[in-house]
Amino acid sequence: MTDVSDVSDVSDLPPEVEKLIGEVQYEEAGEFPVEQGYIYTTCSSVENGNPLFWDESVADEITNGPIAPPTMISVWFRPHQWSPGRTEPAVPLQVHFDMKRIFELPEAVMTDNTIIFHEPVRPGDRLRTRQILRSVSGPKTTKLGTGRFWVIDVEYLNQKDELVGIETYTGFGYKRGEK
Amino acid sequence: MTATTTKVEFGDVHVGDTLPELAYPVTATTIVLGALAARDWRPMHHDYDFAVNRNGTKDIFMNTPNQAAWFERFLTDWSGPTGRLGRMKFRMKGSVFPGDTMVLSGTVENVETDDTGCGWATVLVRLTVDGDLKTDCTARIALPTNDDDNPWTRRGDQWKP
Repeated sequence: MTDVSDVSDVSDLPPEVEKLIGEVQYEEAGEFPVEQGYIYTTCSSVENGNPLFWDESVADEITNGPIAPPTMISVWFRPHQWSPGRTEPAVPLQVHFDMKRIFELPEAVMTDNTIIFHEPVRPGDRLRTRQILRSVSGPKTTKLGTGRFWVIDVEYLNQKDELVGIETYTGFGYKRGEK
Repeated sequence: MTATTTKVEFGDVHVGDTLPELAYPVTATTIVLGALAARDWRPMHHDYDFAVNRNGTKDIFMNTPNQAAWFERFLTDWSGPTGRLGRMKFRMKGSVFPGDTMVLSGTVENVETDDTGCGWATVLVRLTVDGDLKTDCTARIALPTNDDDNPWTRRGDQWKP
């Protein structure tokens, strides 16, 4: 699922991280069903005139009904900035923030992103996601600072338990100025 | 197929082919609209003061999901709606800011038919500003192999992205 397993170096990992590698975490449902309004807004934002997303007759003919642009896959699991009862902003990709906390690395960037597309996502779908930590590197120093790389998969499934996509993120958590 | 749209077929595509270039003048609206469409509320994509004084960047900058949406648009402008994305891998090397003219260019790096008969093109897409590479993206896109083929009908073990 990931092609950056070479960053794995479990020998120096704390047990609490070692036991998380390969574990399914944060399995959760999206906060709302896939909806057409966001599809139009996203297509508008990049001036995407693909008739699959604007012309129902084309969508009926080619994709057996309307679908969402495949690259919108992460849109459907990004949490609301606020919702009733929530006292702190929710964060997507919680495993990434867990790694920052555990290794006490205040800064982080994403360096690589791979998305594999499976079943099309359709308006009305209710997606579920789950996060899997794939690997964590030993200490590395880059021009940003010293820290660790980690690789996280996010798997997306629809209400029929069909896999709709897998996103793989490589993150680098670091402390600035330590060369 | 009755849709009066572009349709690139697998047999028409060869290694070394280039895709029509896309140049786009990026504004603050481009950045903010893209971030909010992606439900990305992080302030560096809409708050100039935060971006400059907290992140140390020169301005707000385009977020990752919106770049993916630009890549998708660029690829399907070329392939037409029967082109079906299988996989994208991209690496950000620099940021895209308001005032930039971003240029997307693409070259076909590989064509192959998999063991299910699905035709695939691998396209290297480069997003540059003033000639500087900001993001590169390798995309694998399925294309119809003949008039009757439609990659979107593939499911299960017939779809190997």
